[in-house]
Amino acid sequence: MTNDALLVFEDGTHARGRSIGATGTAFGEVVFNTSMTGYQEVLTDPSYRGQIVTMTTAHVGNYGMNDADQESDLMQVSGFVVREAARQPSSWRAQRDLRGELAAAGIVAIEGVDTRAITRHVREQGAMRAAISTEILDADALVADAAASPMMEGAELASEVTTAEPYVVEAIAEMRHRVVVLDFGMKRSIARDLARCGAQVHVLPSSSDADDVLACEPDGVLLSNGPGDPAAVRDGIATTQALLGRVPVFGICLGSQLLGHALGARTYKLRFGHHGVNQPVQRRLDGAVEITSHNHGFAVDPETFGETTGPFTYNTADFGSVEVSHVNLNDGVCEGVVASDVRAFSVQYHPEAAPGPSDASYLFDRFAAVMSGDISAISEGR
Amino acid sequence: MPRRSDVSSVLVLGSGPIQIGQACEFDYSGTQACKVLREEGLRVVLVNSNPATIMTDPAFADATYIEPLTVDVIRAIIAEERPDALLATLGGQTALNLAIDLDAAGVLDEFGVEILGADLEAIRTAEDRERFRMAMDEIGLESARSTYVRSEPEAQGAAAEYGFPVVLRPSFTLGGKGGGIAYDADELTRMIRQGLADSPVHEVLIEESLVGWKEFELEVMRDRCDNAVVICSIENVDAMGVHTGDSITVAPAQTLSDPEYQQMRDAAFAVLRRIGVETGGSNVQFAVDPATGRQIVIEMNPRVSRSSALASKATGFPIAKIAAKLAIGYTLDEIANDITRQTRAAFEPSIDYVVVKIPRFTFEKFPGTDDTLTTRMKSVGEVMAMGRTFKEAVNKALRSLEDGHVGFGGAPPLDISDEGLTAALVRPTAGRVDAIAEALTRGRTTDEVAQLTGYDPWFVDQLLQLVERRRQLRACEHLHGVDDDLLRATKADGFSDAQIAMVLHTDEATVRNWRHERDIRPVFKTVDTCAAEFEAYTPYHYATYDSEDEVRTSDRRKIVVLGSGPNRIGQGVEFDYCCVHAVMALRDAGYETIMINCNPETVSTDYDTADRLYFEPLTLEDVLEVCHRERPDGVLVQLGGQTPLKLARDLEAAGVPIWGTSPDAIDAAEDRGRFSTVMHDVGIPMPPGAIARSFDEARDVAVRIGYPVLVRPSYVLGGRAMQIVYDDAGLSRYLTDAVAASPDQPILVDRFLEGAIEVDVDAVYDGEELFVGGILEHIEEAGVHSGDSACTLPPLTLGRAQQEHIRDVTQGIAAGLGVRGLLNVQYAVKDDVLWCIEANPRASRTVPFVSKATGTPLAQVAARVMAGATLAELRDEGMIPVTDVVDGPALPHVAVKEAVLPFDRFPGVDTVLGPEMRSTGEVMGIDRNFGAAFAKAQAGTGSMVLPVEGTVFVSVANRDKRAIVFPAKWLVEHGFDLVATEGTAEVLQRAGVSAQIVDKLADGSSAVLEMLQSGDIDLVLNTPFGARTRSDGYAIRQAAVANGVPCITTLAGILAAVHGIESLKRGTVHVRSLQAYQAAVEALRSRDPAPAA
Repeated sequence: MTNDALLVFEDGTHARGRSIGATGTAFGEVVFNTSMTGYQEVLTDPSYRGQIVTMTTAHVGNYGMNDADQESDLMQVSGFVVREAARQPSSWRAQRDLRGELAAAGIVAIEGVDTRAITRHVREQGAMRAAISTEILDADALVADAAASPMMEGAELASEVTTAEPYVVEAIAEMRHRVVVLDFGMKRSIARDLARCGAQVHVLPSSSDADDVLACEPDGVLLSNGPGDPAAVRDGIATTQALLGRVPVFGICLGSQLLGHALGARTYKLRFGHHGVNQPVQRRLDGAVEITSHNHGFAVDPETFGETTGPFTYNTADFGSVEVSHVNLNDGVCEGVVASDVRAFSVQYHPEAAPGPSDASYLFDRFAAVMSGDISAISEGR
Repeated sequence: MPRRSDVSSVLVLGSGPIQIGQACEFDYSGTQACKVLREEGLRVVLVNSNPATIMTDPAFADATYIEPLTVDVIRAIIAEERPDALLATLGGQTALNLAIDLDAAGVLDEFGVEILGADLEAIRTAEDRERFRMAMDEIGLESARSTYVRSEPEAQGAAAEYGFPVVLRPSFTLGGKGGGIAYDADELTRMIRQGLADSPVHEVLIEESLVGWKEFELEVMRDRCDNAVVICSIENVDAMGVHTGDSITVAPAQTLSDPEYQQMRDAAFAVLRRIGVETGGSNVQFAVDPATGRQIVIEMNPRVSRSSALASKATGFPIAKIAAKLAIGYTLDEIANDITRQTRAAFEPSIDYVVVKIPRFTFEKFPGTDDTLTTRMKSVGEVMAMGRTFKEAVNKALRSLEDGHVGFGGAPPLDISDEGLTAALVRPTAGRVDAIAEALTRGRTTDEVAQLTGYDPWFVDQLLQLVERRRQLRACEHLHGVDDDLLRATKADGFSDAQIAMVLHTDEATVRNWRHERDIRPVFKTVDTCAAEFEAYTPYHYATYDSEDEVRTSDRRKIVVLGSGPNRIGQGVEFDYCCVHAVMALRDAGYETIMINCNPETVSTDYDTADRLYFEPLTLEDVLEVCHRERPDGVLVQLGGQTPLKLARDLEAAGVPIWGTSPDAIDAAEDRGRFSTVMHDVGIPMPPGAIARSFDEARDVAVRIGYPVLVRPSYVLGGRAMQIVYDDAGLSRYLTDAVAASPDQPILVDRFLEGAIEVDVDAVYDGEELFVGGILEHIEEAGVHSGDSACTLPPLTLGRAQQEHIRDVTQGIAAGLGVRGLLNVQYAVKDDVLWCIEANPRASRTVPFVSKATGTPLAQVAARVMAGATLAELRDEGMIPVTDVVDGPALPHVAVKEAVLPFDRFPGVDTVLGPEMRSTGEVMGIDRNFGAAFAKAQAGTGSMVLPVEGTVFVSVANRDKRAIVFPAKWLVEHGFDLVATEGTAEVLQRAGVSAQIVDKLADGSSAVLEMLQSGDIDLVLNTPFGARTRSDGYAIRQAAVANGVPCITTLAGILAAVHGIESLKRGTVHVRSLQAYQAAVEALRSRDPAPAA
């Protein structure tokens, strides 16, 4: 058969299946995503740069691909693993099909493997390097190659996915704010949600410094999501630090980790991360639970902000008080912080959803309120 | 927030008898609720009229009332128990409607009882379609255009505005009863009358038709802090126009993109908030235009439902259990997810397999009715299957149905023209899935099939892949030509060994051996709510052909209990009760218990019930694979009805240890020759009869023993295709049907004992000793199927000597057959002679009834005996009393079981009771005397409620005319007016009983029918006149059902009804809990110890 494909992990585990994408060999860190819908958003999310994504849901590709659900111009994943890819997509929204799109984008992808076994393996052993190939079908050879591929820790990938040139997304309806987004791998939905809240959105490359940002005269700055190890995004951390206190800041995902670093905290790698759309996050203020969209392998360690001054509150060296505002109900991971003294806040998850529930979309309204001068809104509920 | 401290006792309303649209899913939800509330230290008072349920086991509540679900009765119970709160959201539509009635009657205010979960305002808004539509308008959600009508002209006006077809939806009816789709004005005229009659408030919604749109359902939960989560999305494979209960459905939804799904999710939460479901589970149903994605909210149920039971089993998230916790004040984040232990209930399950549900129909029981599927639910049960792909799941689900399917396309080619096939694709029926297989096999395209059926093309393509796989397999010609990769891929597509054998012209065993030689076997995956993101501790598994197996087995003594599969007429919740009780008893006795079943409605498929649950089809192949994986010490096949019993011999042959009665003994009970020998040895007569393999043989037998004869195929359950025939012509007519019903089996022809009293005995035999659990006397005479007959315990007319004789004979039969465990024997008593009709060495339908009526958990006793305990040991443990029902003190109460029949769902079907079972469920009435118990049983049915005043229509067969005089006279003396046809009226008048005469229909008068329609008749007493079914009586019985007037068709039933009415007229409602009844029995037993042995 000509469509054989092989998936291997650096620890030697491997599985044979069928190719559903490009021919070739792909390397990356294998992660699993438990979302049952939204494969197109996942494939085109720049935060997945450098990763081989395994979808846990049984059938993928059923409703095809369309222009509206692209989160960026490209397929961003390094490789894609599914139990079964649809042969015939069916939806009034479908413009293209998954298999064709993967092949056209040069993404090596595999179906017909035990994705649940892979998920369990990653859960037990942690995220690890992996490879998919349609050319190298000898497991030992491919394992050796996978083990020699780059690690995710220390990988600076934001510069690979950021916009080359600044651009502007106009506000929907009346413009009320001007927002600069520092693009570390922004999903389009972030700009869309900002525009929906009346923001004119200036998207700047990740290498922009504080002067570049302030030159746009923004009412607020959004630190976008993005791939890789936050600690490696040194420019972004420095720029954020320079902006703190001068303009309201809202961080999402990688942006949240960069804000953490800028405030003096450290980040650490989660064993297998949070990737899915069913993660319960509890808002400490009122105990309300938001079901949220997640895609992160690193997290902020709040104990490193500084001295504890109360439950979940810390005194930072340079930026006043920081409070953990959101916590993951499953594992207690810090999912959001508020630094009200410097008008900055962030969440580790995705209020723009896409894919996933809209439970946290109120955070964009909160950002708009803070930009309007309502500082108390920074820690209010929906 | 912890649970509320101001609620210390809760009244839980059950859902009453099993009926179409409301089945044992509410036993599952109610049982979960009772468990949770008691764990929380609340006093639980439960009311349910259905004795076959697990929830009504006295162990699950502090006070259990098996009483009719009527306002008067509940009022009496509330007065007695004084609960703080009422939980009505776990007992289906029945409980919700009852809650509304209780409120309207002022009962809740009078006793200060608070409603938990959805409040009355929320229930009313959700149930009343016009209010619901207005509420949807308010929150900006689209609904189908609709108008509420109260008359036929209004209905025609609305239809003219929307254009045909239009949908009819009567308010406040179960499972869409009285609803349907009218394609033209004539149809609308006919249907609107029925709909108005079916609606308790005589209102019907006429709605723009969304036929052909895609249908989805979201199962959602909300807590009192406004946290809301979706537990499961369900997509109907059948498009709009087929009731969800009758649709093939799949979870998770397969054809929605994320933005569409999120729009639906947001809408569902908005609906919950607007309707006002403060806490608990609800489902919200949507229609989606496949061409534009336009979404419309169809309806929502502010309670747990059949779909929430399915969603719980599909995801592992126990909706009813969580709903009960939310009702008493917990929030979702406070409740642990007991599958993962480390996570909370505040999350949305992710599933990494595909779940397919397929309904089970029994149209063969109701000849003459239209089998087109509509918005009015007609299925009696369902199966669920899990696989790693839709293909695997749909194949597993089809073979779970036990209706002859071995999988998709696993039937012989349909002998049907291309035009006929097109029609079969368009018309939704139970058999449409076979038509799709045929069409795809003939080369019809995916698009064409999708267009004709309304199936989404994605589903059709999945089915086409199965057809292609079959073709690929067929091309191999022989099994040894199939390479291992192809065989593995075929198994991964869900093909059964039997299906492969059919394609390759070999037999199932050969395929299985070939496969096992190559070590191609399924692995077992875990249902964990989270797609493996977290470690799962709850051992809930399904088989699939994939690479990794997750089962953690142990070294403990293991017993597998085989369940009873989909509910159907003749095999329902009673058998699930027996299986669950067996598991409970064996767990208590220290065994590791393993359950295999495929019915998502049941308690047995709750992952809490057994130590390990395998959600698998109950076929030989699937059971063998589980046994191979688990290596059980024993397998119990006696508890799940005919389903596991028929596997016994093959399981044993494959080396699986069968505990209890041996397959050989089971065979002896089924084999006429061997059974006759046993009867001969015991010295008890059987009605004369013989086996016949042709019409000539059958006629010879009939002539020899004399008509009327009872004819039936061998190996039947629920009286399938059983008939009483009176002459050669009837025999000839019957044989065509019987051969169709059971092609490879000969038929049995027996003398029919006309006018005999039928008696059922449920007993347990341990090899030495017999324990009689109960002797039940049927109300209707022999000839009415035992499942459809009312019966009473203790027996009404049998003396102690007769009962002792029955016990001796039963013991002889048990010993003769070699029974270890349960034995049910049916006897007929005619002219003081005891005849044995049949013996079944398995759990019977009456085991739960007997257990509730006597307080002895018969199924538990049987399970222990099968596992090797002796009755003497169990007596020492206190599980059975020192004396049985024959020797022990007479029960101080009477329990009556009554059947609930689904005639209102199947217009055109004659309601006369006969040897073919047609009831879907049962109720129990329990009281101090027979009349009161019988009246309660009738009240419990909901459709046979006895009147205490009004007009009775009497028309009886000649043979009953003498006997009708006294009951008729009694009715007149007690204030009833009689209306009778001429013949009956004359007889009555001669006896001095006045009756108004109405003309017979045969004489061209429709006076009787008009009186029934206008509500001038409150009770119909009509016994059929011999073989002519399409007679006066037929039309009258039809009109009675259509207008909701109770109709009694046997003389014995009429006499019992008079007892009941007499008791009702005496006045006050008397209620008492099972616990109190049993305490009274215990007290009697301790006062009256066993006679020295």
